[in-house]
Amino acid sequence: MIRLEARPAPSRLMALLSPLIALAVTVVVAAILFASLGKDPVRGLYVFLLKPFSEVRLLSELGLKATPLILCSLGLALCYRSNVWNIGAEGQFLFGAIGGGGLAMWVTMHGVAVTRWGFFPFAIVAGAAAGAAWAAVVALLRDRFHANEILVSLMLVYVADLFLTWLMFGPWKDPKGWNFPQTVSFASETTIPRVFRGLRLDYGFAVALLAALLMWAFLFRTFRGFQLQVGGPAPAAARYAGFSARGAVWTSLLASGALAGVGGAFEAVGPMGQLTPHVSTGYGFTAIIVAFVGRLHPLGCVLASLLLSTFLLGGEQAQSTIQMPAALTGVFQGVLLLALLGCDTFILFRPRRGAVALRAGEAT
Amino acid sequence: MNELALFIGTAFASGTVLAVAGLGLLINERAGVINLGAEGLMLMAAVTGFAVAADTGSAWLAFGAGAAAAALVAAAFGWLVIWLNANQYATGLAVTLFGGGFSAFVGVSYVGRKLELPLNHAVPLLSDIPFLGTALFRQHPVVYLAVGLCLFLSWFFWRTRAGLILRAIGESPESAHALGFRVRLIRLAAVVVGGALCGVAGTFLSVVYTPLWVERMTAGRGWIALALTVFATWRPGRLLLGAYLFGGVNVLQLTLQAQGVQIPAPFMSMSPYLATIAMLCIISSNQAWIRLNMPASLGKPFFPSQ
Repeated sequence: MIRLEARPAPSRLMALLSPLIALAVTVVVAAILFASLGKDPVRGLYVFLLKPFSEVRLLSELGLKATPLILCSLGLALCYRSNVWNIGAEGQFLFGAIGGGGLAMWVTMHGVAVTRWGFFPFAIVAGAAAGAAWAAVVALLRDRFHANEILVSLMLVYVADLFLTWLMFGPWKDPKGWNFPQTVSFASETTIPRVFRGLRLDYGFAVALLAALLMWAFLFRTFRGFQLQVGGPAPAAARYAGFSARGAVWTSLLASGALAGVGGAFEAVGPMGQLTPHVSTGYGFTAIIVAFVGRLHPLGCVLASLLLSTFLLGGEQAQSTIQMPAALTGVFQGVLLLALLGCDTFILFRPRRGAVALRAGEAT
Repeated sequence: MNELALFIGTAFASGTVLAVAGLGLLINERAGVINLGAEGLMLMAAVTGFAVAADTGSAWLAFGAGAAAAALVAAAFGWLVIWLNANQYATGLAVTLFGGGFSAFVGVSYVGRKLELPLNHAVPLLSDIPFLGTALFRQHPVVYLAVGLCLFLSWFFWRTRAGLILRAIGESPESAHALGFRVRLIRLAAVVVGGALCGVAGTFLSVVYTPLWVERMTAGRGWIALALTVFATWRPGRLLLGAYLFGGVNVLQLTLQAQGVQIPAPFMSMSPYLATIAMLCIISSNQAWIRLNMPASLGKPFFPSQ
């Protein structure tokens, strides 16, 4: 019989191997799924995992999809390290899109003279402010009423989504848009500068990478970052040291809301170029998986974002090339996270063969 | 008058989805396990139940299949959190994300299909009573099952030895383990039964209440059911009451939307979510009361030191 035995110390090797094993499990599950649906597994896996790397155009799209994932997951990693269970990055993302997109719409409609590089910082600030404001609701209710942040942040996703729907069908609808629920197309001066001629990849990706660097410095090189993280694994120690639990709630939620909001603003004034009810394809939820796969580490978040955006892009490709619904991406995402959490057991425990060990005193 | 009776009837049906799922989650949480995967379990069951109902034409087979699908996923969740000590929050979230993706994938070919099931469920004699008959006695059997389940759980938790053991495990798994109870197996049983009930709720939604399959049709009901367990301070009677209250809120906003009230429809649709937040704030502001009622080991892993 195999049983688990607590390791004397957590295994760092296993913490790094676990995402790779989980990825391997996901690939095997995917291959079985393709085969059972009568598709060629090799071709299916190629479309999902390798094709995005085969063309420069697809690589540029990969970076575009990774941008919101990196930004959202960095904030979530900070939250989870601080033991604050924000699962509403999706709502904060949507509010960021409303903030950044709304500003771009206002500039467009009023014909304000701006340049691309001149407007870019304003889009970031507008997105960050709107996202942080939406997350502040969660922090306020948790701080003031002890309302569970998991449930509140999730409920606010639905509220944000409905608010966006109202804007799109109501006051923000393009008057010349044949009644489609969307804003005017933003003036090109308000959209994010692109990195290469002829490719859609924009400097939002660079900002996301910079944010990862800053988050790394904050978490591992500042005292404030250290304070926040003590509260996660050792709340009693944090209290004894006088580190404020309330401060951790506010800091982590505001930062993660701002980051997700910037992601939303980038999506609106980047690849979309306008606001629609479908500005997010669930980036805020996918970012939860990214944060765990990335080991709640900024560098890991960047790598995991690239992996998960490969899945997202693969899902889009699968529709046209192998006639599989894009919803398949969601299945793979779920399998990846479940496999990961299962593998993570072996960071703290190791399997041992044989019956239960003898207790002290029972030894012969 | 008749409209009011119809309103009450629909509110009960709407509340039943939350009640059945919430009572299932209550069983989990009384044993010390919090399952954030409720939304995913309901979606898995909704699509499974709908597919079976559409292909076989039998509502009962649909409920069986829906409950079995959800119970199966719940068992996987249970194995991860009980035996492998995976984090309950993260694993529950994973189940919700997986359920959302899987149900969307499986359900692609069922979008827009209609069910050929009898919609009339009248209790003989009682359904002919004016007003009350329309309001209360023309419901699907599952609506009455929810009430029965609530009564059963109230009796089970506080009047039976098995219920006492379940609650003891939720309060202090270490003590229960020291007394020789099979903590892990009992927790797994609670998780599977709770999951099956989430499945019944999901199937009821897609096969009876709507009856349609739409991607992500649960629209947060699994999460609202989780919030209800807090609102009810882990008591079945209060949970049932809360579920009907929320059913009422939901049907009221739908009715007002249909009558063309001057408030924009998206704001009306926000009401169940805003009501959930308001309710959580009111209940949680009294932390002493919450701590008194909450199963003490809720969300904490239990690893027997052999």
